[in-house]
Amino acid sequence: MTAQTRAIAPKLRRVDPSSTERSVISAHDLTDPKRRIAVTVIGIVLLIVLVAASVGPLFWLFKAATSTTTESLSEPLSLWPSGFHVENFVVAFEQIQFGKYLLNTLWVCIGCWFFSLIVATTAGYALAILRPRYAKIMEGAVLATLFIPGVVSLVSLYLTVVQVPIIGGSLINTFWAVWLPAAASAFNIILVQRFFASLPHEIFEAAEVDGAGPVRIFVSIVLPLSKPVIGVVSLISIIAAYKDFLWPLLVLPSAQLQPLSVALPRLESSTDLAVFLAALFASVVVPVSFFLIFQKQFLSAAGSSGALKG
Amino acid sequence: MATSTLAPRTAAPPDRAKPAVGDPTNRRPRRRHITSKSIWTFLFVLPMLVIFTLFAWWPIVQSLGLSLQQTNFITSEWVGFENFSRVLADPLLPVATGNTVQFTLLSVLIGFPVPLLFAILIAELRRARGFASVLAYLPVIVPPVVAVLLWKALYNPSGDGVFNTILGSVGLGPFAWLNDGDLVIPAIVVQATWASFGTATIIYLAALMSVQSELYEAAEIDGAGIRRRIWHVTLPQLRGVILTMLLLQLIGVFQIFTEPYIMTGGGPENRSVTILMLIYRYAFVSGDYGRATALSVLLAVVLALFSVLFLLTTRRWSRS
Repeated sequence: MTAQTRAIAPKLRRVDPSSTERSVISAHDLTDPKRRIAVTVIGIVLLIVLVAASVGPLFWLFKAATSTTTESLSEPLSLWPSGFHVENFVVAFEQIQFGKYLLNTLWVCIGCWFFSLIVATTAGYALAILRPRYAKIMEGAVLATLFIPGVVSLVSLYLTVVQVPIIGGSLINTFWAVWLPAAASAFNIILVQRFFASLPHEIFEAAEVDGAGPVRIFVSIVLPLSKPVIGVVSLISIIAAYKDFLWPLLVLPSAQLQPLSVALPRLESSTDLAVFLAALFASVVVPVSFFLIFQKQFLSAAGSSGALKG
Repeated sequence: MATSTLAPRTAAPPDRAKPAVGDPTNRRPRRRHITSKSIWTFLFVLPMLVIFTLFAWWPIVQSLGLSLQQTNFITSEWVGFENFSRVLADPLLPVATGNTVQFTLLSVLIGFPVPLLFAILIAELRRARGFASVLAYLPVIVPPVVAVLLWKALYNPSGDGVFNTILGSVGLGPFAWLNDGDLVIPAIVVQATWASFGTATIIYLAALMSVQSELYEAAEIDGAGIRRRIWHVTLPQLRGVILTMLLLQLIGVFQIFTEPYIMTGGGPENRSVTILMLIYRYAFVSGDYGRATALSVLLAVVLALFSVLFLLTTRRWSRS
């Protein structure tokens, strides 16, 4: 891949937080000292409110996860009166097998990511670039599922998974039951298809003249050009898999296979509060650290999904 | 490449944004490639075809059939609209509908203005904009189940609960929160708003950043103050996004399940039972799939009608 082809690859709309474009308040407004003070004060108050609202509950979770149960129940706002109790985490790993559920969560995420990406990229390629005669019908059928609320098919999707048509057999208590339905995401397909359709068409013609077949074009031209959209689809599918609760609850009744989101509510009543809160905190650490490392990608994925919705 | 200048095989779909450089539909494969290419094309379509047929299209079609059937895993018989009449006869349905409407109204009242306000304010932060966006988005990253369980702990109804201690220091409470029939829905709505306001904030912020600065300049030259600039420039520029987000929020909250299911199980005394919880109970507690699908179909029809009505009534405003 040359720098030139990379340069013509379209970019997804990105929010540049450091943009210097003016907004409502202009430089001229700030020449008035009273107004300047007001703007500064409002800005500081806003940041304090945001820190209190967003970090506050998570900080309390961290504090309670490293305190004893009695402390969290009787003096919930005092900071570590009897010191730092890291042992809660050890107990969480040993007693409620936190590691097993974390691993299950990981498997669920990897599978959902993999199948979502396969389906979205192949379908996007076929619909946007190969464009067979039936492409329009397919697009319509995919788009239609976007407008039908998930509730409608919840029960019958469950029955489908219990007894898969044509293939037969049940997917209950297998990860397939989570992976495959997650790949049926119209949103991902539309995102990828739109991106592929905006790729400069001449590259594919040139490659075709050079004798490259559809597979070759897909693997060595389309995919390398599509890193931005692949990143967005990966993020969206992994986050969705990590967050999902109802569906894995239905199709993974076996405790051995349950991800954290299903296991935690089940364990709540039978676990000591301090240990339970330690488990809650441990399951927040992974996604939050990913978010803090890849903030730009996360925020632009959120912004671009908004662009599609809007 | 002479063949590619021939007429396109299919007309380009009019609604698709066309890239300036060319349209994929303008391409026609060389003749000797047609068979192998169409086979390859089909192979590329295949994963989607299989997955969508099994897990999207078939379940939707099957739902309509199921709602008219009495079914278990072995046999099923057609019972006409009996499932629907059994749904409508359930004394819990009006309760669940009332609760769901209350959830929806409250979450629009609280959850709709909050992200808009945050976005408008964050857009004015010159240096801390990135930091503020990260802060606002942080709760969205917390898995919903964890967030719900955390808030359940914060809503500890004893006098020593976290929120009761905080409010107690200014002389309020203690409140029973989730155990109080009048407070349970507001309490859940506050939690749900906390968990989701970041998404809307970031989307509004993205839209705000694309408002042309010339508009603000023009308004300023015309003598509009800051408040009037927000009212006459910012909000009108955002109205498309605002309306879409509002509709999505309404539809989303109407299907609220996880929060009340984990926090209260529908209690106290069914004060937080929602329509989706009824569907869940019909299907997965009583095994009555016909009745559950009938209620799903009813809910979907109501949502569809509502969306159409919403789009029709807001069309004039969003166009002008």
